[in-house]
Amino acid sequence: MSETQSIIAVRKGKSGVERTMNLLFLLCGLTAVVCVVFMTLYMVVAGGPIIAKVGFFDFVFGRTWNPENSQFGIFPMIVSSIAATGGAVLIALPCGVLVAVFLAKLAPDRIAAALRALIDLLAGIPSVVYGLLGAILLVPLIFNLQTALRLPTSGNLLAAMLILVIMILPTIISVSETAIRAVPKEYEDAALALGSTRLQSIFKVSIPAAKSGIVAGIVLGTGRAIGEAMAVIMVAGNAAIMPTLLGPVRLLTTSIPIEWAYSSGTHRDALYGIGLALFVMIMAINTIFRKTLKKGGAFDDG
Amino acid sequence: MKGNTEIQKLRTEDLHLYYGDVHALKGINMDVHSRCITALIGPSGCGKSTFLKTLNRMNDTIPSVKITGKVILDGEDVYGKNVDVTVLRKKVGMVFQSPNPFPMSIYDNIAYGPRVHGQKRRHELDEIVERSLTSAAIWDEVKDRLKKPALGLSGGQQQRLCIARCLATQPEILLMDEPTSALDPISTSKIEELIYDLKKEYSIVIVTHNMQQAARVSDYTAFFLLGELIEYDTTNAIFSSPKVQQTENYITGRFG
Repeated sequence: MSETQSIIAVRKGKSGVERTMNLLFLLCGLTAVVCVVFMTLYMVVAGGPIIAKVGFFDFVFGRTWNPENSQFGIFPMIVSSIAATGGAVLIALPCGVLVAVFLAKLAPDRIAAALRALIDLLAGIPSVVYGLLGAILLVPLIFNLQTALRLPTSGNLLAAMLILVIMILPTIISVSETAIRAVPKEYEDAALALGSTRLQSIFKVSIPAAKSGIVAGIVLGTGRAIGEAMAVIMVAGNAAIMPTLLGPVRLLTTSIPIEWAYSSGTHRDALYGIGLALFVMIMAINTIFRKTLKKGGAFDDG
Repeated sequence: MKGNTEIQKLRTEDLHLYYGDVHALKGINMDVHSRCITALIGPSGCGKSTFLKTLNRMNDTIPSVKITGKVILDGEDVYGKNVDVTVLRKKVGMVFQSPNPFPMSIYDNIAYGPRVHGQKRRHELDEIVERSLTSAAIWDEVKDRLKKPALGLSGGQQQRLCIARCLATQPEILLMDEPTSALDPISTSKIEELIYDLKKEYSIVIVTHNMQQAARVSDYTAFFLLGELIEYDTTNAIFSSPKVQQTENYITGRFG
């Protein structure tokens, strides 16, 4: 007769190592949470008073930004930020999805691999380099257009948009490609077996099935575009006026580095106020997208 | 079950298929009769699913595949010049091993095929959807939830939906690749009844691992082994008096 082994633990409770590790993981997790909480608090504390002083309505909807005269209206910057980001996403989305389709479905393996490496490289280029290229190549090109239309030549919204398009394309492409690749092959087989052409199966089945992933790409792209300052400063002309496509614009992000060095007192507080406005906008965009993403996802999963 | 007036719908002539260097189908000559159910049986890897996919050219999507020989459908060579594959696949529908409805509504799943083939009129689409779902014996279960996601249905319902989706393009032949292997016995028997009913209007070729299923539903049975068609006859003949020893061994379960 063989002896059976008892399954009652020799020591009760978790071991010391296990407990220490759990604590360590918890601390690491808390760091991130604490950072977000303190940043939010700091932005509110630093930016809140000036908004209260100027008045929420005058600050957010005021049309004149003239710190010397204590006029702190940031409405032109808010509109410019939305216009530049929205325009960039609208252009980058169709381009990005088409490139993603090409990479995931149509390109021969070798070409796809080479393209993918180049696109990753694009994502790694520092934004100031994009700014340089924009200032040297893109802006002079648009000067021609402005001259032809008898407009004053300057940095402009169109240039800012196009630079942002190039900057967010890699994100949209790679996230969309992953999403399209994740669509089960069975869907496409079913589409083909019903007599679809290859393109019909991609555009009527695979892309709709990858919808939630593509939306995630838009969220990330929007986040990057709306937060970008350096490249935009160099091509946008930076006048704090209501935006026109070929006129100079100043975004929320760019106001801060442009004026930081020489600002003081209320002026500097106002820059904090801009920071807070940007912070709230990005939070709002993220929340809205996340909500719609959840809805879309729920439908996809049935 | 063999009638005397059966018409030949489809015929293969010396059909060979290679996956790269692997010789997966070795000179298959076989007739498929109109409005009959033909079962393909044989152990895993014997080439029966591969054979099925040559009939609607679904092997085209695999780059390394090479095919020689002919598949004659109503007098036309499926692998001939100037064949429009989309029309071929509309005419020869396919139901897959595991149910694969699109992540769309039930309605859009059924309407997909007709839409791809150019049908845009709402009224006609409504009719096609109802008719297809009725033919696939699932209309009563889903008529109140046509706008709901198809992935919310049970596995058996999904498979009947896939059959309905196939019927919506008005095919003449239905290819079924182990359509019940992912389903429970009750769903399986529903699908089998459905297949039996569909025979009135369609020619059906079904791959199955289930010997009883082949015996229950089919009129003809083909036994494949290692890429060769070993024996092909009426189902009665195959199951009661097989002529080849290997067939007898397989259906009596003595190897596999």
